[in-house]
Amino acid sequence: MSVPAIEIRGVAKSFRRRGREAGTPWWRFGESTDKVALHPLDLTVEPGGVTGVLGPNGSGKSTLIRILGTLLTPDSGTARVFGRDVVTDALEVRRHVNRVSVEAAFFKELSPWENMVYAARLYGNPRAGTRRQVLDILAELGLPRDVVDQPMKQLSRGQQQKVAIARSFLTAPSLLLMDEPTTGLDPRSKKEVQAVLDTLRAGRDVTVLLCTHDMDEAAALCDRVLMMDGGRVLADGSPSELRHAHGGATLEDVFMHLTGKTLEAEETEEVAP
Amino acid sequence: MNIAVRSSQTGALLGFAERQLYVYKRYWVWELVWLFYSIVSVLSIGYLASGLGTLGARGAGFDLHRAQLYLLVGALLWGYLSLVFMEAAFAISWERWEGTIEYTFMAPVRRVTHLMGICLFAIGYGLVRTFVVLIVAIAIFDIDFSHADIAGALVVLAASMVPLVGLAILTSVLPLLSPQKGEQMSFAVQGFMLLVSGVYYPLSVLPVPLQLAGYASPLTYALSGMRASLLDGVGVGGELPTVGILLAMGALLIPGGIAVFSWAERRAKRLGLLKRSG
Repeated sequence: MSVPAIEIRGVAKSFRRRGREAGTPWWRFGESTDKVALHPLDLTVEPGGVTGVLGPNGSGKSTLIRILGTLLTPDSGTARVFGRDVVTDALEVRRHVNRVSVEAAFFKELSPWENMVYAARLYGNPRAGTRRQVLDILAELGLPRDVVDQPMKQLSRGQQQKVAIARSFLTAPSLLLMDEPTTGLDPRSKKEVQAVLDTLRAGRDVTVLLCTHDMDEAAALCDRVLMMDGGRVLADGSPSELRHAHGGATLEDVFMHLTGKTLEAEETEEVAP
Repeated sequence: MNIAVRSSQTGALLGFAERQLYVYKRYWVWELVWLFYSIVSVLSIGYLASGLGTLGARGAGFDLHRAQLYLLVGALLWGYLSLVFMEAAFAISWERWEGTIEYTFMAPVRRVTHLMGICLFAIGYGLVRTFVVLIVAIAIFDIDFSHADIAGALVVLAASMVPLVGLAILTSVLPLLSPQKGEQMSFAVQGFMLLVSGVYYPLSVLPVPLQLAGYASPLTYALSGMRASLLDGVGVGGELPTVGILLAMGALLIPGGIAVFSWAERRAKRLGLLKRSG
């Protein structure tokens, strides 16, 4: 029996916030309140395929991604990536995981090549042969060759996001965490990035966890979909299973059936801590 | 640590240094400005020393040339040490500004590798920049190093890097503890070190509490050791006590800094402070 790509047992996360009412003097602290980002969650994802996490802003998607990426410590429960605990064996988990987030995290003054060779170094890839590899991956993603030495800030959002995906390929992750990779892109760039994700399903031996609030994207790309709202998983199944189980023509209908509200596409990332 | 892990950590160490090199290349105009500013600062201090005679500082006990060298050594060393200190201390702030902090913290890299990589570049870059400033200062003020013991000064300089790196790692924790105010606090720490470390005056002129703070600053020993070698010709043997103090401070500050940083990183992950917006 293979080790699950993701195995989560009872993971929960809250964030403490300190609010201050209008007119309160600056030297007085406001009262602290705990905001639950993730209620106790159990989840197992077998290796391979694309698992979508669907939900509006504040549903707990990004918190889940950050916990799996060792960027957040859960308040309770355990999360394992290919059998390694994300808290006690974080360094080993990081060797197998990469992330593409809503905002392409790059040194914007540096070129795709400079950013990617930096990533290669961090993930222990030898420098020799990296240039060829970078050019091959960028070509595979349909990026013109002349962008490779331009500063990232001169690239379009869609191109930047493709470079982010290319960078993740370079490090050959076993688990790829994609946190709203198409949010904020123009329709053409969005389609291009989605096409890249589609080729991922067939061409690479990688497990993808895709967070999105785009229902069509989830229906088209995901083998399995988790619907989340308010830090809880409301439904779990393949897109067709969900549609059949909840009597909807689309995933949007399923979400409305489960929550009584529509999933509005918003430009901003989920408000976390 | 096995060979594969050691090799990947070495690669990452060089990766951080190389990334800094790329960043500096892109911001070369700014670097030119900082170099100009460093030269102007050192020249100003040199001319200040030249002007002391005009301002009435003279007499049997006053040696204008020595005063000038004393101040110039302070200015040059402060320029160098503060550059290394701020580069390392701002390692986290830089990542926040660029929005790459989460990417870097997700990489399979030990934190000590991350911070040492930043320091490695800063030390190399600082040496190059300070050398340029030194050449300009020597040309303009006709500095006489004939009585100096260069080997002694270099040994002190090398030893001073050890505690300085530890202190910088400790300071780099501040933006991790407080995304909103950490950067400002880093500047405050730098300013305080300038005040108490005897950069432009002997510690004896300070009030006692500041003197005590000065004795706790590794920069104090680095500066006094360098001055002893450059002004009085103290050799490597004579510098051994100073080197010992600096290395002992480093032996405390580096592991201490890394331990504090690890604690701050765990705290940031618990409270969700790594995110770019803080």
